[in-house]
Amino acid sequence: MLSALFFYLFAILCVGAGFMVVTVKNPVHAVLFLILAFFNAAGLFVLLGAEFLAMILVVVYVGAVMVLFLFVVMMLDVDFAVLRAGFFKYLPIGAAVGLLLLVELILIVGAWVTAPDIIAQAPTPPAVDISNTEAIGLVLYTRYVYLFEASGLILLVAMIGAIVLTLQHKRDVRRQSVAAQVARTREEAVELVEVESGRGLT
Amino acid sequence: MTVGLSHYLTVAAILFTLGIFGIFLNRKNVIVILMSIELMLLAVNINLVAFSAFHGDLVGQIFAMIVLTVAAAEAAIGLAIVVVTFRNRGTIDVAEIDLLKG
Repeated sequence: MLSALFFYLFAILCVGAGFMVVTVKNPVHAVLFLILAFFNAAGLFVLLGAEFLAMILVVVYVGAVMVLFLFVVMMLDVDFAVLRAGFFKYLPIGAAVGLLLLVELILIVGAWVTAPDIIAQAPTPPAVDISNTEAIGLVLYTRYVYLFEASGLILLVAMIGAIVLTLQHKRDVRRQSVAAQVARTREEAVELVEVESGRGLT
Repeated sequence: MTVGLSHYLTVAAILFTLGIFGIFLNRKNVIVILMSIELMLLAVNINLVAFSAFHGDLVGQIFAMIVLTVAAAEAAIGLAIVVVTFRNRGTIDVAEIDLLKG
């Protein structure tokens, strides 16, 4: 009963926040509503018993991706009112396509029946006496270790790509050249001068 | 009123539809389009986790983590491209990004 109450709370807030994301004028508000939607989705995950994924969602999405969005939205000096032109022009077709898809999806979902012997045949049934995090670790680092490493590679490529795309060399900035510093020899760096006493250098 | 699998699938379906709706509505603003894609990926994740929980199979949660990873990478690259586009063209209007004349 209580879990049903929380399900409806999280679900309604999640859908409402999702609706606000696509309709609000200010993109900063859209990002903040997206954060709200992610938090409520994390609540849904907790209700489903996937605590680890819920925490990952909060840490990775809200903590990293959404802050990145916020940075970019605030950094770009864009007139967002211009970009909103045509909002109401595309509203009818968008609503029509969306409604059509939603009706189709709900018709499919409503008629969903799980074959009864599927649950007994699950390849990795959840362990009963260990936590969700431990169970995921036991599966992720053994059977799906290649997927895990592949996702690490994906993140590496994404990191390198983002740096390569946004890095810019300014002409006027004098940078340290390690190679030139290391290649210096004593002969070109030091000069010994005989100084006669009382004369000074000319 | 027990909450079953179809309840979660319905929430995910509504979120997915909202993502598509957002792409239609804000078809000039790249940032909102990226956010709509994030919303759709979240809906996919809800689907995966719901099936995982109701079918007693942990693989769905592993796949949801992979989807999360790819979504994070996609957001980073997408936003980098948005920043570079804005630096070069001074706008992020999708209709004006036509250098490739496609």
